[in-house]
Amino acid sequence: MRAVRALSAAVLLLGLVATPAAADSSPSASPSGDGDAPTTAGTSFRTATEIEQGRRATAKAAAGDYLYWSFPADAGQRPTVRATVRLPERHAAQTWQVDVYDGLRRRQACQWGAQTRTAAADASSVELACVLRTVRAWSEPWANDPLPGTYYVRLTALDLPTSDLGARVGAEIEVGSKDMGGAAAVDGSLSEPLVPGVAMASGAAKDGEDRGAVLSAIEPEDGWSSGWWSDRWVWTGIGGVLAALAGVGGYALTRGSGRPSRVPPGA
Amino acid sequence: MITRTRLAAGTCALLAALTAGLAFPSGAAAGEPTGEDAPKVDLVLDVSGSMRTRDIDGGTRMAAAKQAFNEVLDATPEEVELGIRTLGADYPGDDRERGCKDTARLYPVGPLDRTEAKTAVATLSPTGWTPIGPALLAAADDLEGGAGSKRIVLISDGEDTCAPLDPCEVAREIAAKGIGLTIDTLGLVPNAKMRQQLSCIAEATGGTYTSVEHTDELTDRVNQLVDRAADPVVTPVATEGAGSCAKAPTLESGLYTDREEFGRERWYRVDVLPGQELRASVSVGADRAVAPSYGVLLRAVTVHGREIVRGEAAGDGRTDVISTGLRYPKAERDGTDGEDGDKPAAETVCLQVTHSFAAASGVKTTPGLPLELTVDVVEGPGDADDVAAFGLGRGWWLLGVLVLVGFLAGLLWGWLSRWRFAVWRTN
Repeated sequence: MRAVRALSAAVLLLGLVATPAAADSSPSASPSGDGDAPTTAGTSFRTATEIEQGRRATAKAAAGDYLYWSFPADAGQRPTVRATVRLPERHAAQTWQVDVYDGLRRRQACQWGAQTRTAAADASSVELACVLRTVRAWSEPWANDPLPGTYYVRLTALDLPTSDLGARVGAEIEVGSKDMGGAAAVDGSLSEPLVPGVAMASGAAKDGEDRGAVLSAIEPEDGWSSGWWSDRWVWTGIGGVLAALAGVGGYALTRGSGRPSRVPPGA
Repeated sequence: MITRTRLAAGTCALLAALTAGLAFPSGAAAGEPTGEDAPKVDLVLDVSGSMRTRDIDGGTRMAAAKQAFNEVLDATPEEVELGIRTLGADYPGDDRERGCKDTARLYPVGPLDRTEAKTAVATLSPTGWTPIGPALLAAADDLEGGAGSKRIVLISDGEDTCAPLDPCEVAREIAAKGIGLTIDTLGLVPNAKMRQQLSCIAEATGGTYTSVEHTDELTDRVNQLVDRAADPVVTPVATEGAGSCAKAPTLESGLYTDREEFGRERWYRVDVLPGQELRASVSVGADRAVAPSYGVLLRAVTVHGREIVRGEAAGDGRTDVISTGLRYPKAERDGTDGEDGDKPAAETVCLQVTHSFAAASGVKTTPGLPLELTVDVVEGPGDADDVAAFGLGRGWWLLGVLVLVGFLAGLLWGWLSRWRFAVWRTN
C-alpha cells in the first residue's frame, strides 16, 4: 500500500512539474548569430527570400519596391512579424504596410500590431508589426485559418509622392513566434505542409532529377512537427491518475477503517 | 535554402561536367547537365547628350556610369550571361527619325569576357537622343532564347524623347510575350516625369525602379540586380486558359502564367484522384495604372457546375499583385462503390479565375493582366474527428470533473460493496 501511495505521489508530482513546463508559452525566437542572415529581399512571391524565424534579415531597396520574404511556421506557433524601414534623410510623409500571406497566397489577418503606419516627413524610420493568428495543424478547406507551411511577408510603401519614388531605403525584418502549447492543438493534420511547389519538388525527387530551383524549400530548423504530441496528453493522463486516486479515496471513505463497524473488535 | 539547392545544382553540374569531360574530351556537353539555362542580363545604358551633365559626385553622369559598369563587370557571377546595349550613342544630329532608331548592341549577351566588355564601355561618349522604347525592344531580342531568367537593367538620365511610342507600353508588350523577362530601371538624377516613366516601365514587368544620385549607389544597385538574376528561380510555364471549363487546358502540378483581360474569366482543369488534395493559388498582377479597388476570385467547380470551394481576396490602394488560393481535399473513395475496376477514377476539377481590376482611364487594356497560377496535387490530409488533438482534454475543468467523477464512482463502489456484504451476512 505504501508503495502504491509513493508511486501515485510520484506520478502526481511528475505531472505537476510537467504540466506547466509543457504549457509554458515562452517565445521560441532565440536570436542566433547574424552570421548568414539574408541581406536581400525578393520582389515577388516567386523570388521571395527565405528567412528563418528569430533571424534578422536586412535588405537595401528603393522606395516603391515590393519586398518579399518567406518564413516557415509550424502548428501551434503564433508568428509575429516585425519590420523596420529606414527612410532617407529627406522625404515626404509616406505610409508603409506589411502584409502576410500563407502558402496558398491567401492574405492572413493580423490580430494586432501596427500593420500600416505613416511616417512623418522628418521620421528616420518606421516600425511595423503583425501578430498572426495561431497556426493550426488542420482546418476545413473552406476556412482561411493559418496552416503549417510557408508564409510570405510583403513590405511596401502604400502611397508615395513621385518625389520619393526610387529613393534608397533600408528594410529590416524579423519573425519570431510564440508557442501556444496544447491549447491550440487541434485534431487532424495535413499530409504535406502548405509549401508551394511541394508536389513538384517531391515529383522531381521521385524522378531523380535536380531542378535547381524550387518555389519554396522552406522548413523549420528542426523539421515539421509530426503533430501527434501536445500537452493534452499530460493533462488527460494526470486527469486519469487523479480520478483513480479520487476513486480510491471515495471507496476508502465508505469502508471506514476497513472493518465493518458492527463486527466486534474481538471477533 | 535556395543557396543550398544552388550548391547542389552546382555540384551536380560540376560532376556532370567532369563525367562529360571524361567521356567526350571534345567537351560538347555545355549547359546541359542541370537542365537549366544560364540567366541572362542585358544592361541598357543611356548615352544621350544629357549624360554629359556634371552632377554625380562632381563628375559627369557618363563617368559615373562607366565607373559603375567597370565594377559591375568585375563582380558579375560566372554563370550570368551579360550583354550591354546602348541607346543614343551614335547619332548626334537633329533628325528625330534617325535619332529615335539609335540603339546599338555594344557587347552581345553571352559568356562574359570582362576585359573586352570594359574596353567597349570605355569607348562610349554621350551623343544623341533617348529612344527608350526601341532600345527595350532590341534588348528583348538580345535576350531571346533559353529558359533561364532574363533581366533588362535600364540606366537612363532622361525620359524617352521618342513619343508616341510609349516605352511603358513597349515594356508591357515585352512582358506579355511570356518569355519571363523583368525590366529594372535606374534613373540618374531624375525629375518627376522621368521617375514616373521609369517606374511605369518597371511596374509593367514586375521590376524595380531606383533613383540614383551617387556612383556607389549605382554600382550597388546594378550589382544587386545582376546577382538577383543569378538566383535560380522556377520559370513558370506559359499556358492559356479557356473561356469555359469544357475547353480548358488540363494542368498538372506546376507553376503557370497566363494573361487575363479585364472583365474576362479564365478556366483550367485539374485531375484529382480520391484521397488527394488539390492546392491552387493564383495571383493577378497590376502591371499598369488600375482603379484603386480590385479583387480576385478563384473557384473550384465540378464539371457539372457545382462550386466546391472558393478563394477570394479584395484590396485597395497601391499593389503589385492580388492573390488568393484554395484547398480541395477529395475524400478517399469508399471500397464499396468501385464499379469501374481497381483504378479509382480521377475527378476533373475546373478552376475559374476572375479578377475585378479596372484599368484607369486612358490606359490600354490589352494585353491582359499577368496571372500566375500554382497547382499542387498532394496526398490528402488526415481527417479530423474532433476539435481537439485526438479528442484529448486539457485544463483545470477537465481535472476537476475527472476527480469528481472518480470520487463519486469510488463512493458508489464502496457503498455497493458494503451493501452486498451486509446482504450476504444477513443471509
